[in-house]
Amino acid sequence: MSDTSTSAQRPAWVASFFESATQQRSAANLGMWLFIGQEILFFSGLFMAYIAYRWLYPDTWLSGADALNKTMGTANTVVLLTSSLTMVLAIRELQVDRIRASIRYIVATVVLGVVFLGVKSVEYAHKFEEGILPGLHYSGESVEGMAGLFFGIYFALTGLHALHVIIGLGLLVWLARRIHLGLVTSENDSLAENIGLYWHLVDLVWIFLFPMLYLVR
Amino acid sequence: MSSLDSRSPEPSYLGASRGIRSWLFTVDHKRIGVMYLVATTIFMMFGGILAGVLRMELFTAAGDLVDPDAYNRMFTLHGSIMVFLVIIPAAPAVIGNFVLPLMLGARDVAFPRLNLASFHIYLAGAALLLLAMILGSFDTGWTFYTPYSTSTSGPVAWALTGVFILGFSSILTGLNFIVTIHKMRAPGMSWFRMPLLLWALYATSAVQLLATPVLAITVLLLVLERTIGVGIFDPALGGDPILFQHFFWFYSHPAVYIMILPAFGIVSEMVAVHAQRPIFGYKGIALSSLSIAIVGSLVWGHHMFTSGQSIYASVLFSFLTFFVAIPTAIKVFSWVATLYRGDIQITPPMMYVFTFLALFMIGGLTGVVLGALSLDVHLHDTYFVVAHFHYVMMGGAIIAYIGGLHHWWPKIFGRMYPKRLASITSVLVFVSFNMTFFPMFLVGSRGMPRRYYEYIATFESLNQIATVGALLLGTSLFLTLGYLIWGALYGPAASRNPWNGLSLEWRTESPPIEHNFHGQPTVSGGPYDYPVGPEIPSGDGIGVSA
Repeated sequence: MSDTSTSAQRPAWVASFFESATQQRSAANLGMWLFIGQEILFFSGLFMAYIAYRWLYPDTWLSGADALNKTMGTANTVVLLTSSLTMVLAIRELQVDRIRASIRYIVATVVLGVVFLGVKSVEYAHKFEEGILPGLHYSGESVEGMAGLFFGIYFALTGLHALHVIIGLGLLVWLARRIHLGLVTSENDSLAENIGLYWHLVDLVWIFLFPMLYLVR
Repeated sequence: MSSLDSRSPEPSYLGASRGIRSWLFTVDHKRIGVMYLVATTIFMMFGGILAGVLRMELFTAAGDLVDPDAYNRMFTLHGSIMVFLVIIPAAPAVIGNFVLPLMLGARDVAFPRLNLASFHIYLAGAALLLLAMILGSFDTGWTFYTPYSTSTSGPVAWALTGVFILGFSSILTGLNFIVTIHKMRAPGMSWFRMPLLLWALYATSAVQLLATPVLAITVLLLVLERTIGVGIFDPALGGDPILFQHFFWFYSHPAVYIMILPAFGIVSEMVAVHAQRPIFGYKGIALSSLSIAIVGSLVWGHHMFTSGQSIYASVLFSFLTFFVAIPTAIKVFSWVATLYRGDIQITPPMMYVFTFLALFMIGGLTGVVLGALSLDVHLHDTYFVVAHFHYVMMGGAIIAYIGGLHHWWPKIFGRMYPKRLASITSVLVFVSFNMTFFPMFLVGSRGMPRRYYEYIATFESLNQIATVGALLLGTSLFLTLGYLIWGALYGPAASRNPWNGLSLEWRTESPPIEHNFHGQPTVSGGPYDYPVGPEIPSGDGIGVSA
């Protein structure tokens, strides 16, 4: 456990304050899981607001869901689920040292993320044209009851989710570059694994948002 | 052990590098702790001076010193600064940052760069909060209650953004500490061999990590409410202001445990070391920290007994509030039992332990009073609440924090402050604290409402006692600051282990070297293995192997 015995075999990417690569890797993983825990609590506030007001205004929630474009919602769900698959494949390829294939899968993940944002912005644009805006600014006609409140929650939830997608895309581009430069390798892959975890979280949040907002009956 | 002394002296973390950049961009947990110390001390002075002006305004029943608008702005700032910029970061980010890796026998926290980022984020959030003060009339109180906070024209959005950013700093510090405690304990340091401060910081970090994001979404929704009228808290659009109160207290009640749990940990360390006794009920104290964190997260509704929430919810919240008293009492009884037959050293940290025990008992028991449904209806929004809150937060959290600074000061700066003066000052603090806040229980129970800048003449004499007490308290705290700074700069050099502590931080230099220890320390016993009787020889359980 002393300095001298480990320094001989320790790779350069293990930081000086860690005993071993294993310790560094497990610390990074635990850190990411804790971060995901706090992300879920961050979203939980809006989920609670959703539950409370759905209880109060069930009819608004039904007609609100009807006003959303189910085709685009479903398409985006497929897109995001596929991007989780390409993310897993990217990490797998990295672990077996197929660097080019790994980067290609990351690029595919980024493309799918951009497609998701594209579909989302088309959806937003349609809503804006119909006067469907959050809260105070709502001037649409199709939804009964507290429509502004429903769409306030809709835009807050999907907007925050989209923000997480954008951050994820930035992280993925950064990861691809680190892999390309040889700074993330099959041995030192915890950055890839943790960014992968983050991307799955973004996917998972959408898996909840989609039925809550689009499919509610 | 002996091999350590024969090595050539390594520079301490204070002298390892020079220049302002070597501080502002350091990743050394010790330097980050010292920077937090400087920042929180400056903010505490500012918040304290505001409190002084508030108390002077209340010296007479008539509102004559400041106008009502300025009064509202000042108590808002006093509360926001003390809660978000001082008490929440003080114990974890100052003492935790400095001591936690040392106690674990680690070279640093798990994510040193993230730790530095936490500090920079803290400064950015603080700047925004103070900007709100300059930009206009920020007078919502630190609680930001709707509908006032969404309808007033003041720069509330700036303050809210500041709080949002400060939350990030708190979350990242908590995350860092949890990972460090899980992954970086020295060989031999099992969970139940950890010093109790680490258990307390672990529980604190868990609350920071899990409750702060709820505050983040709450203030974000409030900003959205103000900017685009999202409607969630607006009854005109179908929303509900009570939901805001639920969201806000879901964080802000656990936040008082973010403030008090590290104080419990600090007291556990001080009481064992300065009585030279094995701590009574180690596991009880350790696990009660966790149970306070868990149960304390389920009592937020006791801030809302008069809000019109469901009466059944109120009954449940009231019961759970009483329940928190059990793990808290386990701690207090264990500390007192540790003192029994101990070799009590009348040192400044021990004086602060006594101060803490007396003040926290009053604060804690009046908390049970406020948790009772029928009494709370009478006492809600009176000075009784203000007194209770200050007995717990200042008499508990801040007093333990100041005691902790006295305990670790020789370790942090390698020099000792004047101990006699410190002990005398602690008595002054105790007396003036009670002069300031005890009268508030009396006027509060007789119905004086809080947050008013004038009041009926009946309460004048008690308020005058409180104001004189506050000025004395401020003076004694400035005196404390003065001798601590003097001690850090010119005090006599401190030994490695001036208090005969057994946890690992006392086994390295004072001040510690940059990498904390020469070699990896190992642990083979508990942190409080003091001899319990004259016939039992001293067991030196903890050693350092090179």
